Amino acid sequence: MLTFDKVLIRQGDFSLAADLEIAGGQIAAVLGPSGAGKSTLLSALAGFLPLAAGRILWQEQDIGALPPAERPVSILFQDGNLFPHLNARQNVGLGLRPNLRLEAGEWHAVERALERVGMAGMGARRPAALSGGQAARVALARALVRARPLMLLDEPFSALGPALRAEMLALVAELAHESGALVLMVSHEPGDARAIAREVVLVAEGRAHAPVATDEIFANPPEALKHYLGDRRAS
Amino acid sequence: MARRPVEISRVTLAGAAALGLVLALVLGTLAAVALRAEAAGGLRAADWAALRFTLLQASLSAGLSVALAVPLARALSRRSFAGRGLLITLMGAPFILPVIVAVLGLLAVFGRAGLVNAALGWFGLGPVSIYGLEGVVLAHVFFNLPLATRLILQGWQEVPGEHFRLAASLGFSARDVARWIEWPMLRAVLPGAFLVVFLVCLTSFAVALTMGGGPRATTLELAIYQAVRLDFDLGRAALLALVQLALGVGAALLALRFGLPEAGLGAGLDRIERRWEAESLALRLWDGLLIVLGAGFLLVPLGTVAWRGLQGLTALPPGIWEASLRSVSVALGATALTLALALSIAAFAVLRRLPVAGAAGVLGLAASPLMIGTGLFILINPLADPARFALLVTGAVNALMALPFVLRALLPALARIEADYGRLADALGMTGATRLRLLWWPRLRPVLGFGAGLTAALSMGDLGVVALFAAPEQATLPLQMYRLMGAYQMQAAAGAGLVLLALSLGLFWLFDRGGRGNAHL
Repeated sequence: MLTFDKVLIRQGDFSLAADLEIAGGQIAAVLGPSGAGKSTLLSALAGFLPLAAGRILWQEQDIGALPPAERPVSILFQDGNLFPHLNARQNVGLGLRPNLRLEAGEWHAVERALERVGMAGMGARRPAALSGGQAARVALARALVRARPLMLLDEPFSALGPALRAEMLALVAELAHESGALVLMVSHEPGDARAIAREVVLVAEGRAHAPVATDEIFANPPEALKHYLGDRRAS
Repeated sequence: MARRPVEISRVTLAGAAALGLVLALVLGTLAAVALRAEAAGGLRAADWAALRFTLLQASLSAGLSVALAVPLARALSRRSFAGRGLLITLMGAPFILPVIVAVLGLLAVFGRAGLVNAALGWFGLGPVSIYGLEGVVLAHVFFNLPLATRLILQGWQEVPGEHFRLAASLGFSARDVARWIEWPMLRAVLPGAFLVVFLVCLTSFAVALTMGGGPRATTLELAIYQAVRLDFDLGRAALLALVQLALGVGAALLALRFGLPEAGLGAGLDRIERRWEAESLALRLWDGLLIVLGAGFLLVPLGTVAWRGLQGLTALPPGIWEASLRSVSVALGATALTLALALSIAAFAVLRRLPVAGAAGVLGLAASPLMIGTGLFILINPLADPARFALLVTGAVNALMALPFVLRALLPALARIEADYGRLADALGMTGATRLRLLWWPRLRPVLGFGAGLTAALSMGDLGVVALFAAPEQATLPLQMYRLMGAYQMQAAAGAGLVLLALSLGLFWLFDRGGRGNAHL
């Protein structure tokens, strides 16, 4: 169970309030118009932004004061997930030891993670030699070896075409199912949520709303979501 | 793209004329120098020594500047404090600071009777002399440490913020960040930064004239000056000028190979990423110490100049106002010439799609001012007394030296305007003077203002060609300051230094401000 307890985040003039609980072991989509604060919510959860008020709890432990590395969190950004001068294997290995002095068993784990995301045999490639989808797979492999119970996806697939994005979402769904991690996935594409998310957290007008089951929220959208969806609801 | 033939010929004419003038000044003087150099025979031992010293001091200056700039830039990249923006802006100032004023400030701090030696005296330690190699390198580091710091800071700013957040998320230590993020960035940035400083120091004249000298500390540019002024051996000066040119061209080719970094105007240097790996008290104290030392190294000599200058205002020598007037006239003339040349060349290069034309305008960067000066001296000498043309030649050479910097800002700006609005202006029939007045001028004003300020300040403070040509009664302000220092009239020199400093910065501010004021961008 992930709890935002009367959380307030301030960035200059912008502020976001969140007071909600999300059940573990599922995929929840974070939906809303751009600029509403979807990424802000994830940044605060990952420890990159301080809280102006409130607490964040994971399994009833307050994690709001922990530095980013000590939080039970893996995060994938929109871009910049891989260091361009390190190959795929090294980029994944950083998830186990930041100094890359890995033991043989750990390198094995890296190879297995690369295999799992469909990148077997491509460990020696640098990011420049990878397609966008392949780079995203490597980033997922790193999240895999880190094995943190919370996986945050801050639109890492937004630059991919529809078919490739569907493929990546299916892979995320499989990985989440295997590991039992809670996946929070930012998206401005309602289709992404429909494809794999059990619940939707709507972020709009300075507030993150409590999660609602995906079917329900699209069948009966609240005002803010209607605004955002516009005519597409009919399609 | 159909333009009226009248306009085509006008842009082409102006562009060709401007390029012709630049090429004539650079290649014409080169030819004059080359013809004269034949008579000189080979290089003498002293000439080889000058070549060695030029390379040695440039390498040392560039190496030290860059080595010191790395920790300073790192400290600035990860600390936010009151005055950070101001300090980074001030680090752009040495570029437009008159060399002779900075030298006076450095002497006041590090010189025989300076603050450092006074402090050493309390501990019973003997005075340290900074004339010679040490002084030349010290002055070059003073000028180029800020430049190198800004270039390297740019590198830090260009690291994607995600990488630092990723590092925090993965639990990187300061060492891990250095190894996986900072070192790869530095490996890409450092060669360019080193080369920029090396190039600047290669054509060093005023610093060598005031801090060096003697057979053991003479740069090629200084040797050219001595050959013309002291020995009146024009053949030898010409030969040295050729060696200097070969050095400049070699370094420029190297720079092309590596690509020179852009010295930004400070825009975009204000973003600070939070750095989780560097939040320990020890690292914060260390960075604070570095920033205080760096700022002190830059500000104490300048503060000392200002302080002593105020006291020296009462001892201003006669003729100071005439010298000031001469300097301002030369600076304004050089500014007008640079703007005319830059606009003509840029319009030609952009409208006619001839990037080569823009590149030719940057030629002045490889040529040394003293080579051009020597060439003009050789050309004028048989016909008339070169001293009569001292101010004209100084202004022209100053304009030529500032041209590359102005063009580098102007060319991309004009290309952008034409890409964005060129077709609209064509469709509306805005050509010729109308296009200049209603499209280019309003949008180029900030760039032109900055370029004009830069040229005026560089020309105000220039102590180079003028030393080669001028007779005693026609000194510019920097030359008069140099003579006062040579006569050990330090108080008068300090007063003149303050006047020079105020005029240089004032002109820069006036033009830059004028360009930005009411700019609708």
